[in-house]
Amino acid sequence: MMRKQQTFSRGLSDKVRKSKAAPEIQKNPFEVKINRKKFDVLGRKSKHDVGLPGVSRSRAIQKRKDTLLKEFRLKDKNNTFIDRRFGEYDSKLTPEEKILQRFTLERQRTQDRKDMYNLNEEEELTHYGQSLAEMEKMTDVIDSDSDSEEKGLLSAELTATHFGGGGGLLRKKSAGDEEEEHKPRSRQELIEELIFKSKQEKRERQTQKEEAQELTEKLDQEWKSIQNLLAHKTPKAERTDETDKPKLDQYDMMVRELGFEMKAQPSEKLKSAEELAREERQRLQTLEADRLKRMMGDAEEDAVQTNTHVSADDMNDGFILDGDDRKTLAYKDGKWNIEGEEEEKEDEDGDEEGGEEEDEDDEDDAEGEDDEEEEGEDDEEDDADEDHCDLQSDEGSEDEDGQGAEEEQLCAEEPPAVSEEQKKAAQEAARAELPYTFPAPESYSDLKQLLQGHGSEQQRLILDRTLKCNHPSLSAGNKAKLQKLFGFLLEYVGDLATQNPPDLRTVSALIPQICGLCQMFPEAACKAVQTLLSDSGHSMEETLEVKGRAPMPDLDMLVLLKITALLFPSSDFRHPVTTPAFLFLSQALTRCAVVSLEDVCKGLVLCCLALEYVSLSQRIFPELLNFLLGLLHLTVSDKHNMGTAVCVCVCVCVCVCVSVSQVFLNQCRISILLCVDLIITLLCDLHREILDAIPEKPSQHAPLVFKKKKPIPLKLFTPKIVQILDYGKKRGNTKEEKERERLKHKYKREFKGALREIRKDTRFLAREKLSDVMSRDAERKRKVKELYGSLATQEGEWKALKRKNRK
Amino acid sequence: MAPSTDSNVKDENSQVSYKKDINTKTGRILQNKKHSNDIFDVIEYLQSEKDKEIIFATNACKRVFCQLFYRGDLYVGDLPQEEELMSGDRSAEEKYRIFMRHRYNNCVELLLENMGHEAFQVKEASLCALMKFVEAEGKHPLQNLDLIEHYIFPRELLRTLVEHLLSTEEDMSLLISRFQEFLEMDDVRYYVMSSVRDNIYRVMGRNKKAVIPVYQNNVYTLLSNINVPSQGSKMKHFLVKQAYRPEEWKAGKLKEHKRAFEQMWLLFLKFKLPSSMYKKILVILHESIMPQMSDPTLLIDFLSAAYDIGGAISLLALNGLFILIHKHNLDYPDFYKKLYSLLDPSIFHVKYRARFFHLVNIFLSSTHLPAYLVAAFVKRFARLSLTAPPTALLILLPFICNLIRRHPSCRVLIHRPSAAEEPCDDPYVIEEEDPAQCHALESSLWEIKTLQKHYHPDVAKAAMKINEPLTEQEEEISEVLELSTFELMERDLKAERKTIPLEFDTATELLKSPREVLGVHFSLE
Repeated sequence: MMRKQQTFSRGLSDKVRKSKAAPEIQKNPFEVKINRKKFDVLGRKSKHDVGLPGVSRSRAIQKRKDTLLKEFRLKDKNNTFIDRRFGEYDSKLTPEEKILQRFTLERQRTQDRKDMYNLNEEEELTHYGQSLAEMEKMTDVIDSDSDSEEKGLLSAELTATHFGGGGGLLRKKSAGDEEEEHKPRSRQELIEELIFKSKQEKRERQTQKEEAQELTEKLDQEWKSIQNLLAHKTPKAERTDETDKPKLDQYDMMVRELGFEMKAQPSEKLKSAEELAREERQRLQTLEADRLKRMMGDAEEDAVQTNTHVSADDMNDGFILDGDDRKTLAYKDGKWNIEGEEEEKEDEDGDEEGGEEEDEDDEDDAEGEDDEEEEGEDDEEDDADEDHCDLQSDEGSEDEDGQGAEEEQLCAEEPPAVSEEQKKAAQEAARAELPYTFPAPESYSDLKQLLQGHGSEQQRLILDRTLKCNHPSLSAGNKAKLQKLFGFLLEYVGDLATQNPPDLRTVSALIPQICGLCQMFPEAACKAVQTLLSDSGHSMEETLEVKGRAPMPDLDMLVLLKITALLFPSSDFRHPVTTPAFLFLSQALTRCAVVSLEDVCKGLVLCCLALEYVSLSQRIFPELLNFLLGLLHLTVSDKHNMGTAVCVCVCVCVCVCVSVSQVFLNQCRISILLCVDLIITLLCDLHREILDAIPEKPSQHAPLVFKKKKPIPLKLFTPKIVQILDYGKKRGNTKEEKERERLKHKYKREFKGALREIRKDTRFLAREKLSDVMSRDAERKRKVKELYGSLATQEGEWKALKRKNRK
Repeated sequence: MAPSTDSNVKDENSQVSYKKDINTKTGRILQNKKHSNDIFDVIEYLQSEKDKEIIFATNACKRVFCQLFYRGDLYVGDLPQEEELMSGDRSAEEKYRIFMRHRYNNCVELLLENMGHEAFQVKEASLCALMKFVEAEGKHPLQNLDLIEHYIFPRELLRTLVEHLLSTEEDMSLLISRFQEFLEMDDVRYYVMSSVRDNIYRVMGRNKKAVIPVYQNNVYTLLSNINVPSQGSKMKHFLVKQAYRPEEWKAGKLKEHKRAFEQMWLLFLKFKLPSSMYKKILVILHESIMPQMSDPTLLIDFLSAAYDIGGAISLLALNGLFILIHKHNLDYPDFYKKLYSLLDPSIFHVKYRARFFHLVNIFLSSTHLPAYLVAAFVKRFARLSLTAPPTALLILLPFICNLIRRHPSCRVLIHRPSAAEEPCDDPYVIEEEDPAQCHALESSLWEIKTLQKHYHPDVAKAAMKINEPLTEQEEEISEVLELSTFELMERDLKAERKTIPLEFDTATELLKSPREVLGVHFSLE
């Protein structure tokens, strides 16, 4: 039964394979199996409603026959690989010899061929009919026609000679070359001649090609030069002139046409920052060269020229600059109100015993001056400040006098800048003038050397030029250099602030450069400021631990804090630089001991800085208020005369503070009032002012309430209605679970399928084996039968013979 | 060059000579009684100008007299006067002993004097020699004692030693720390304690209870070096072994030790102390003094006196008081009231801030405190927080929140829906000393609201928490207790930031920016 079906299906499958018109079979009701559907779903198309089991079975069997059966048949029948190359298994031969032998064999093999008409001595290797040697070159583009020429080795003549027989050729030759008609040439000769000719032809072709190539190259070069010309925007008039010139060369015409076409491109494109920087540097370099020339003192005229030139180049800060001049300038510049006190401090350091007295004297002075001030007029803020400043400058006036005298001496010693000899003057000037290019300083001392001994404006100029010369886009290393430069600059600024007298004017002049650098490299700038802050914070912490009290931060820190405020936004909620800066301010205001007037002043600067930090963000700074309160108490409890000026400052700050930080503090108000009451005789106006600033009645607050939250809805028992998007038995809620389910399902299906396939395979094999056995048996039976038959006939014959004999 | 080398040679010569001299003399003394007069020369060296000679002589004396002790060549019993030596009819042997005993006494006197020498090496050598003598005397008593009545210990010698150790003129802390190794021995410790007590009594009585900082510092150093072992079974380490009934010896009993320790400290604390001394004592009080006393409650007088002093001393006294209240069932009236009055802005700036907050946290951890009290504390802390530095605020704000969590009735301080939208003055009276009268429960924590605009982001965040209902979980404040400003600074410095915002409008001058304050009040010139 089974067998029958098999044969039936086999036959059918063959039919199917042969006839591609499947519809016939599909229509055959005996072939088709209809899969019954449980439910009829509208609008759903299923692929598998009709199946053709016979077809698919035959297909599967065929496939097995092609693959599995073949494998089965070949099972346990291994092949061996035998290397038949010459001398492969001959151990006596050395590899070189082997290779040589093989090569000769190979040559012999090729020599045997009958390719005598191949004109090349060596056999040409080809790939897809193209010469490999040709392909390797690749560089020179070969025209398609030349290619074809190359390919068709057999010219008409050749073919004629080759195939048309020797007679034709002879005839032709005799017709062509009358001069050599006498000599009857042999076939060999003729062929040689032919070969020679074709070689010559080939050589000619080659030279022609080379020439063409040379020409193209030349053309290219010329075109380039012309393109350069075009890139430079030549004035229109010139260009027209050029075109007017009668040059009617075809080639030139072509080139020009091309040139005009190119004009459509913008000849002067927008310069990138890089190009601008390069240009700037070039400019500076040329100027530098000029300067050097003048320094050598070549020409007086040049000096005059540069004079004008320099003025045009924003060098209006004096052409003749000698160190002495600068010094006085710097001294007048760097005069901050703190500076005086620093000097005072140094004095104190010098003679500690006398220091105290001096201090008191100063205070007395202060009192006197302030009294006058108060009597004279009651202008509060600026006057007080100025007063204070005056005071300080008075204190430092002795020093100033002394120094001034020294400087005068120096002045006298210096030769006058305007000398009779023009040349010398020019030299001097050139020397005094700044160079135009600067290398980026590699270390702090380099920077110091670079900047020291110049006026503030010049220093700014030097920095500016350094930045331009070392723009990061100009070379790869410049970025790192400039990043380092920022750190050095900060250090330099700190030095300027700590030197005596502090040169704050210069610091101020350098600010734009610092800002620029900071904008270029925010990370590096951030790092640099952070390290400075953390260093000083750490040292303050250490001194606090060791001594229990720390001195007020020096002027360099104050300047750094100010610069920080300029560079980084202090209004950020959290900022890698300003937040530590805040903490540093707080630390300084809370932990530092106020022992002198100088400390008071520093503290006030810190207060102003703090105020500036929070002015935009309107934040509260408790330490600021603490410090001011402490100062007020100090002024009240101490000698009355000690710091009226200070007190004024404090009050000013408090005013500002109260008005700015709108956060109102009862406690603060009360204390201020208390203090102010005490010095009312001196500062009644100020008192009034402060009272004005502070509202009469303490403001009222609403009691605190939590932020209103959305009420959490009650749990309801109505059914939850959820839109179902995908039907079917898909379990799992989350995406991952669904995916997992899907994969599981897939795996199961695959597993089942594989199992089924394997079963089918084994079944197929078993069947094949059985059929093998059957066929073998049948064969054997047949043979046995044959033998029996032959034996029977033999027997029969023998018997017949016997019978015959008997007869 | 030449003279210096000469002097060097001479020095060396003299060095060699004095060493040789002393060595030969000690050898001769010990060999033969005939040469006993050489002891005078050796003792002479104790008064030498040179430190090395003194040290060498000290060691020699130590050797000689220890040997003599061992031989029993020192007179035992009441010593007759040296003048009487000739008159009395004593045997030569006895005379020799009496003579040697007198030399021994001389030597001890000189050594005691040397303990006040400038050079530490001399002091140290003298101290060691004396302690050696103490040991030798303990083994070979110089007094005829009724063995049943008394245990043998050279109390007198130790007493004079302690007296010299606790100098009223000189800081002996180095020597005292050297002396500590002898205090490891239980009997020495015991007798030192009793002699210290006598000494304090005598010296302070003589000075009419005035403050003697140097002396008190010495006493403090000595006392703080005394450690009573925690278990009686460990008391096995004696300098002098007692042959007779060692288990009944007072120096071998923990109880006696504790009593002596206690009496010594109490006597010391009874007198007026300089304030720095107060701080020192209070810092170590709770961990090294109180556990070793037999009855720590006796410290209450001292502690309450310290608590009343105010300032940092009061804060420190809290610790001792806490142990008394907590472990010894002490009832301290108005404890919380006093604690409340301790709170002023200075608590944020003292060195012992961490310890103080730790304690206050413990004191206020009880959930049985009345709400008005907790509210008063909370409100006061909030008011004080307006003057606190950020490091203190980072402790204070979670602390306040914790208090409100523990006492839900204090929640009105941050959430009073009944009176919402009705502005009012702050009913809290900060000047009021009594937490019951300060109307804290009627107030709200506007101060924390103010701190929400604090410049430091962490503080502002911590203050924001009162806007929402507080979570159940208390915040741990122990890890921020020791936070320093620099550590806080480093948090920001070390944090990885991707972008660094910059001020967008670039400045042109130092004192020219859109929001200039510094430039308004100060100028460059």
